[in-house]
Amino acid sequence: MLLFLEQLLNGLQFGVTLLLMASGLTLIFGIMNLINLAHGSLFMVGAYVGATAIAHGSGFFLGLLTGIAAAAITGMVMEFVIMRRLYRRDHLDQVLATFGLILFFNEMVSILWGRQPIAMDTPGFLSGTVELIPGAPYPAFRLAVIATGILVTGLLYFLVMKTRIGMWIRAGASNREMIGALGVNISLLYTVLFGFGAALAGLAGVMAAPFSAVQSGMGENILILTFVVIVIGGIGSIRGAVAGALLIGLTDTLGRVYIPDLMRLWLPPSVADGAGASLASMLIYILMAVVLAFRPRGLFQTHG
Amino acid sequence: MVKSFSRKSWATLAIFVLLALVPPIAHAFDNSFLITMFNRALIYAVAAVGLDLIIGFGGMVSFGHAAFFGIGAYTAGILGTHAFDGSEFIFGWTGSNDALVVWPLAMLVAAFFGVIIGLISLRTSGVYFIMITLAFAQLFYFFFVSLSQYGGEDGLSLWDRNAIPGLDLYDRDTFYYLCFAILLAVWFFLSRLVASRFGRVIIGCKQNERRMRALGYDPLLYKLAAFCISAAIGGLAGALIANHSEFVSPGLLHWSRSGELMVIVILGGMGTLVGPIYGALALFLMEEGLVSFTEHWQVILGPILILVVVFFRGGIVGFLSGNGRAAGKSGGDHG
Repeated sequence: MLLFLEQLLNGLQFGVTLLLMASGLTLIFGIMNLINLAHGSLFMVGAYVGATAIAHGSGFFLGLLTGIAAAAITGMVMEFVIMRRLYRRDHLDQVLATFGLILFFNEMVSILWGRQPIAMDTPGFLSGTVELIPGAPYPAFRLAVIATGILVTGLLYFLVMKTRIGMWIRAGASNREMIGALGVNISLLYTVLFGFGAALAGLAGVMAAPFSAVQSGMGENILILTFVVIVIGGIGSIRGAVAGALLIGLTDTLGRVYIPDLMRLWLPPSVADGAGASLASMLIYILMAVVLAFRPRGLFQTHG
Repeated sequence: MVKSFSRKSWATLAIFVLLALVPPIAHAFDNSFLITMFNRALIYAVAAVGLDLIIGFGGMVSFGHAAFFGIGAYTAGILGTHAFDGSEFIFGWTGSNDALVVWPLAMLVAAFFGVIIGLISLRTSGVYFIMITLAFAQLFYFFFVSLSQYGGEDGLSLWDRNAIPGLDLYDRDTFYYLCFAILLAVWFFLSRLVASRFGRVIIGCKQNERRMRALGYDPLLYKLAAFCISAAIGGLAGALIANHSEFVSPGLLHWSRSGELMVIVILGGMGTLVGPIYGALALFLMEEGLVSFTEHWQVILGPILILVVVFFRGGIVGFLSGNGRAAGKSGGDHG
């Protein structure tokens, strides 16, 4: 039972990382109608710059901020130089151009940092454990990640749904010309928005860095998972992103732990471990297929 | 219109003549590596021409086509392994090394999964379709990664190339011309197909699905058939690449491979069928050129791709035939 709770929290933590990625991606897609494969590269930039700053003794918070800032700046430059030429193109063009960006960023990172993965330690003051439930100590850093993710998503929801800027953003999504005619500098708004989505990816990158090797190509795995999240949740829906991220985070984490055990019930251990691991890594894609077979536009479809 | 059509025909003829001349030229320069390299491009061209059927004509942007490529390759790899060590594959069958059995089977298996993936994916469109096909390819990628019986992550060596009576597939020239003939056949078949009533319906579905339904067609059925044909061609190309490199690995199904196939289609000119052949040659030549220039060639290739997408619409064939976006003009298939 304690193990189960621990895995539940691990799943939640993974889900929250996915949520940060998904909310940035869905913001950009939902509003600008732009499909950005290079969102994973922004995650990678955040992780690399954050980890490097911390390794050079910047301290955790400064490192975190540096990582976020690096991702945000990279994102805004990306928008200014390339993305704004693609808003009115079909998705195919967007996919290809951002695929080119991925090649560029992956290689750039291995030029600057080398091919070997780099590691990032958890910050000292969060390296302890917290006893949430008596008898089950849980790493403080993971809890901090969960809390940050929930907080940031809440903030985002508030920003988009309740503030004037959010109103512009939503208005711009449905009618670009009209909001421009009302005197809002829509192209600046888009650049800032893109930077904001990039900052969320950067934040996710720094927070995920201690759990995974920081290496070239690290952004793609999470990018594809984020796509699964968005597709399951329903494109453009923040509620969908939340539901999808938690569902995928929990399914993936719990699946990896429990499916091999479950299969041992009726298969010999050696077979069960192999088949179980294989099933576990395919589980979320199977889940996606099942969801889409019943709801082709995701759990929280927004339009059409 | 007539003029641009004839220029496009010239472009088609030129590439086929060039491809036919590769082996003699390579021998003249005493550089047989050229044949191996162009052969690889030929095989990717087969898959890409098949992909162009659904992207360029059907408006179905499949971002998971590498799955079929990989499925075809693994069909050849797995059957070859059993044929080599004589172990049972299924129902007492010990696999096969006969190209005339293995290659059609690779197409069949790919087509079978094409139907399953297509049935679920085609319920959606636009960006959903892109993402779902990508996710399905991931599913197969992880399946083969964990298939430890057949090498798992490390992949699987082909002990023997598949055999065709009377042909020596180990001979570079023979294998090259065989692949070339297959490419020609696939190109010819698809050219006939898109010009047929079936092709008109597919293009019609891309332009306006509701109208096609009103005319009494079932768009899903037609799109599924096209998807399935495209998958089968991908499977065939997979079986060929397995023979070419005598090795299969999950890397063949990696999502970046699907991206590469899409790049080939766009670079060459989508909706033209001959475009992907140009695209495959261009990509591989560019790769070879850049590799000799720097090991970090992708840092140059990436921006080139972006420039092509932003400024060079219509791809190589669009450029050669003098119109911006070649046939099968980009349609309004937004999500």
